[in-house]
Amino acid sequence: MGLQIIKPDTNIDFVGIRKIAFIISAILILCGLGSLLIKGGPKYGIDFAGGMIVQVRIDKATDAAAVKDAVNEVNLPGLVVQSIGLEGDHEYLIRTSSSDITSEEVRAKINNALTDNLGASFEIQRLEMVGPKVGADLRSQALEALFYAVLLIAVYISGRFEQRWTAAAVMAAALGGCVYGLGLLDLDMGWLILAALFITVGLCWYLKLNYALGAVAALIHDVLITVGLFSIMGKEFDLTIIAALLTLVGYSLNDTIIVFDRIRENTIAKQGKMPFGQIINLSVNQTLSRTIMTSGTTLLVVFCLYVMGGSVIHDFALALLIGITVGTYSSIFVASPILYGFGPSELPKTEED
Amino acid sequence: MQSLRLRAVIALAVVLLGLAFMLPSLPGVKDSSLGKILPGKGVSLGLDLKGGIHLTLGVDMKTAMDNSLARLGDDLKASAREQEVYILRPNVLDENQIEVTLIKAEQKDTFESVIKDSTPFAIEESTPLEGDKVKYVLSVSPKYRSEIEKLTMEQAIKTIRNRIDQFGVAEPDIRKQQDNRIQVQLPGLQDPERAIKIIGQTAHLEFKMVDDSADLKKAQQGILAPGRELSSLLHRQANGSYAESPIVLKKDAVLTGEYVSDAQVRLDQWNTPYVSLTFNARGGKIFTDLTGENVNKRMAIVLDGKVYSAPVIRERISGGSASITGNFTREEARDLAVVLRAGSLPAPVTILEQRSVGPSLGQESIDNGVMSAMVGMALVLAFMVIYYGFSGMVADIVLILNIMLIMGGLAAFGATLTLPGIAGIILTIGMAVDANVIIYERIREELRRGLSASQSVSEGYGRATLTILDANVTTVIAAIILYQFGTGPVRGFAVTLTLGIITSMFTAIFVSRILFDLYLKNRSDKAKLSI
Repeated sequence: MGLQIIKPDTNIDFVGIRKIAFIISAILILCGLGSLLIKGGPKYGIDFAGGMIVQVRIDKATDAAAVKDAVNEVNLPGLVVQSIGLEGDHEYLIRTSSSDITSEEVRAKINNALTDNLGASFEIQRLEMVGPKVGADLRSQALEALFYAVLLIAVYISGRFEQRWTAAAVMAAALGGCVYGLGLLDLDMGWLILAALFITVGLCWYLKLNYALGAVAALIHDVLITVGLFSIMGKEFDLTIIAALLTLVGYSLNDTIIVFDRIRENTIAKQGKMPFGQIINLSVNQTLSRTIMTSGTTLLVVFCLYVMGGSVIHDFALALLIGITVGTYSSIFVASPILYGFGPSELPKTEED
Repeated sequence: MQSLRLRAVIALAVVLLGLAFMLPSLPGVKDSSLGKILPGKGVSLGLDLKGGIHLTLGVDMKTAMDNSLARLGDDLKASAREQEVYILRPNVLDENQIEVTLIKAEQKDTFESVIKDSTPFAIEESTPLEGDKVKYVLSVSPKYRSEIEKLTMEQAIKTIRNRIDQFGVAEPDIRKQQDNRIQVQLPGLQDPERAIKIIGQTAHLEFKMVDDSADLKKAQQGILAPGRELSSLLHRQANGSYAESPIVLKKDAVLTGEYVSDAQVRLDQWNTPYVSLTFNARGGKIFTDLTGENVNKRMAIVLDGKVYSAPVIRERISGGSASITGNFTREEARDLAVVLRAGSLPAPVTILEQRSVGPSLGQESIDNGVMSAMVGMALVLAFMVIYYGFSGMVADIVLILNIMLIMGGLAAFGATLTLPGIAGIILTIGMAVDANVIIYERIREELRRGLSASQSVSEGYGRATLTILDANVTTVIAAIILYQFGTGPVRGFAVTLTLGIITSMFTAIFVSRILFDLYLKNRSDKAKLSI
């Protein structure tokens, strides 16, 4: 047998330390939410807010402030200059919020300003312009995507894990109805989704779909922490970050489900012989080695992406790094203890499959 | 349990198929003799990797509808006239309605039957006015409106495609999106601003007579005779910019761009470029008659509401051609000729979204992406062998197969590889070992329980398969939703992720099992398994 990170007889009392885990999670979530409140919501990139960005690379060492000074004189509204990529790339994003000047004008203005003031050669590598209408559309689409992902996954877990497709269907129908009803109220998409998520959790709880409840709660936990950390770090939200968030949703669930699968298997095998808390502990310990291995290798490659992937993909990789770490943590310390808190749901009479 | 040989043949067939589709993606293979026999052309690269322009255009449907209603109104006026019913010039109202005024109330019945017979209008209301007039408000059916919208979109896309074809871009991608939007992708194009100008110009060409008797001062205060409009005449300055001066035109266009069959750039005797227009047969006849009737008057050539020139007609011009002069640069003249040849857009378009990536950034993105994938993969491969020994090598083999199949799959489905797509593949590398790890950890457990190597392998695979399926279905759900809601690059990511999950399940569950079975086949039950 090869190497082993986790000894086979490891028995950590995960259920016993759940309070500490909940406190850590609560602190992380509250810090993130606090940051979002203070900053007035997430900082949207041009994909969602509209505006224009121009990415330039400059052939000598300089800093964002110098680039900003160079561009400042041409009077671009809402001008922001930031350094992107790793140090030594000398790549900068010049962002302006205006919608009434054309991209042609912006390109020309920046070209002139940099030629006149910088004394180094440079290249405009990328220019993106998103109108306010498209930005708003993209934003609501992205939120909708996040929401439907959570919804479908909740339905799948309820059906698959507890053989309760009827309850899952009831939940899907109820949620569909609620979302339709809320849609009529013409609320902001963000609130709509928040409301829908609360309804999902409420329905899972009411219908005693405990596996789905644990998984969805862990998922919301992961997304909240990642979004919060992004807000604290002052990173912008754009389409690639949403892609990263959805990937993390998939990944985190993947992790959670593998643990839940074991819990289900052990519950059936050891029914009546062991309290539920111990079954959960046993299952988490049994899968611990796999959890660490997989997260480890995934983090390894994502880290390579973060370091070497280039400026455009940098933030995407960062979101994945945070997300995978949080997702791994939540499947061990959050999802299973929640399942414990609500007790085992009614089990199917026979083990199918 | 199917026979080992059958499974091996299936696996080999899939791998070879994947390889056949994947190989043309490698530099050098596509154009070699091998590349010619292989199917497909390899993976096509997205704009973010190749450089190029992505545009989202919004078609101004209101203007299209108003134009269409105005035309219908004119038709109605003409049909009424045939029945000797006279109405005032129809007015286009908001809400897709037009307002017409019948001059003689006693013709009400005839007029209403004209409306019924010849146009898609329905009468919303009619109000008697003082004197003998009756005011009608007419509306068109929603079905007719959607018909107009459909036609407008089709025509807009056709026109844009024509223009791009003349502009010469390889593999342009133009498609309709929801909400009256058009997405245009031009890979490899270097000059985004010029492309935008050509695509975005409405190029609505009209010939209108100039009303030289009108009082310009009064016109500027808004006092105009009926059927007249104030426009501006462009004068090109020495520095290349345009100055404008007011000019009063008769509202009705005597001739429009629809009659133009060709437009070419020519040079006059001072080597200044101008655009020469050739009319089709009908247009040529109208133009000949028109110039014959209006000798010594001025005719304005109006493009998108601006008057480019307003020459005096010296004589009747036959031969069916006219010219637009305007002190253009050669490039401007050429671009103008392109848009006129391709026809005008049925409605103005606005650029809602524009993304242009320089080719150097694209190349750099590929290099970085491939580099980080290689390094990440090497680390994972090494780690698996260190951790699982022989079984780690099996995992490595299927991991490499997996990447190959993803590339082959992308090529086979004609999907586009984008930067987030590369990220998807890199993420798959990390996650692909997951299935192996789940299986191996199970096998280890079974071994610890004292089962023999082959029993453990069999049990391990059996128990792990469902877990892997469960776990992956959720990721596929996320990916499908990403695809459904996402645009462009996000979709690319979703496609590679889905493909990666499918291929990783195939390789980790099916192919690696074959390798284990082959390894254990000729060994005794007590054989040791390096895992």
